[in-house]
Amino acid sequence: MQFFVSQILSGISLGGQYALIAIGYTMVYGILRLINFAHGDVFMCAGVMMVFMSASMPIYASIPLMLVLTVLLGFVIERAAYKPLRTAPRMSVMISAIGVSYLLQNLALYATGGQPQTYPTLPFISNSVTILGAPTHWVTVITPVLVVLLVLALQWLINHTKIGMAMRAVAKDFETSQLMGIKINRVISVTFIIGSFLAAVGSLLYFTNYPTVVPLSGAMPGLKAFVAAVFGGIGSIPGAVIGAFIIGIVETLIKGTSYTVFSDAFTFALLIIILVVKPTGLFGERATDKV
Amino acid sequence: MREPILKISDLKVNYGGIEAVKGISFDVPEGEIVTLIGSNGAGKSSTLRTIAGLVKPVSGSVALQGEDITGKDPDAIVARGVTLVPEGRRIFPDMTVLENLKIGAYLRKDDLTDDLDWVFSLFPRLKERSWQAGGTLSGGEQQMLAVGRALMSRPRLLMMDEPSLGLAPLVVRDIFSIIQEINKQGVTILLIEQNANMALKIADIGYVLETGRLILSGTGAELLVNEDIKKAYLGA
Repeated sequence: MQFFVSQILSGISLGGQYALIAIGYTMVYGILRLINFAHGDVFMCAGVMMVFMSASMPIYASIPLMLVLTVLLGFVIERAAYKPLRTAPRMSVMISAIGVSYLLQNLALYATGGQPQTYPTLPFISNSVTILGAPTHWVTVITPVLVVLLVLALQWLINHTKIGMAMRAVAKDFETSQLMGIKINRVISVTFIIGSFLAAVGSLLYFTNYPTVVPLSGAMPGLKAFVAAVFGGIGSIPGAVIGAFIIGIVETLIKGTSYTVFSDAFTFALLIIILVVKPTGLFGERATDKV
Repeated sequence: MREPILKISDLKVNYGGIEAVKGISFDVPEGEIVTLIGSNGAGKSSTLRTIAGLVKPVSGSVALQGEDITGKDPDAIVARGVTLVPEGRRIFPDMTVLENLKIGAYLRKDDLTDDLDWVFSLFPRLKERSWQAGGTLSGGEQQMLAVGRALMSRPRLLMMDEPSLGLAPLVVRDIFSIIQEINKQGVTILLIEQNANMALKIADIGYVLETGRLILSGTGAELLVNEDIKKAYLGA
């Protein structure tokens, strides 16, 4: 029982961390119809930046600075690598995204010299706590709560603010949005800023559970978050969050059995099954192409 | 004669690699209803889309009350009081009627109550359905919503691209009488239509476009009785 509680708790926590990455994939897809392959690497860069900054300044200064720099990174990537290709075929933008992904991995390789970087111990959230008899860390408890709060805030932003209305409009119809006076480039930038911010928060919670960060640290969580977004129906924020929690929980439960080695295989088998059985995912729109 | 609200000079526009508009010039006098008629591919839509800023012209100029607005971005054009009701209505199907109207006023920061009342008085049906999703409206109601949405930006010049497209004749008559009503309330109208008969009946001035060139102009009444026009566009 105690083991089960502890597995479920870490599963929910891992799911929450995937959710924070998955939202960035799904929002960018919703607006640009682009799978932003560099998103997982932005997440990794947030981790690397945290390592370097915490070495030279107190944690309380490096966390906000890391959040700001990650947001800036997401913004600059969109402006430099995607915006010039706005009228190009979608395939070109996707290739550009793959290019940015490798660029970030190699920059990280250069910056770290290929040595695994020890992630700093964050105060409080790395501390131990016992829940229902199961020993765990505070991060496990905080993650789902924080995810729910952030998702509620995001839903409020999208449904009840002017910029949120503009985001919904741009996601539906670029040209008509422009005729309303909406500056689509600004809306797209806001989307990348939100996605990068959530990935940065996710990196804090995720890397706390692991001893080190390496240039490929973003690849696996990025892929799994992407599967979560597809599972939930890409373009849908609630879908991505629910998909991420399901994947996180199931993956952790499998890790608790003797089939540990299949935990990653489960995620990707799930991707194949969804694409075959229900390509639009749990909450996806039926027509994924723009009119 | 007063200075026209819109002055188009020698406008050339490419569309899909071909020259869709081959150097046209015309004026839209303030307070009038002006219509561009012509068959499919005559360059009507390209002209409106260029004025709205969606397309950049190859050459020529668009002047709004003396100010050159050629090649400005769509938001800058909307901010100056020129709004386009796009072809095919293009309302936002998942947003409510009310949200669709509010997004029409996206650039405005003042109170919208009076304008909502105005739009609802023009289109009482929209008020009844203000909480419904735009996509659930009938074609005619969607066209009313598209016009209402455009009015929310408080345009001085309202441009309409084929408002009668795909609508039943009775509904078309409603839409055209509302266009006249909007015009009476001080909004200049630039209308393009394949339904030349309807358009010329309400227009003060008509221009005839053929394969990217202006071939004829006159008052709506003059063009209605013109033999060539009758033959080519009015099906007589």
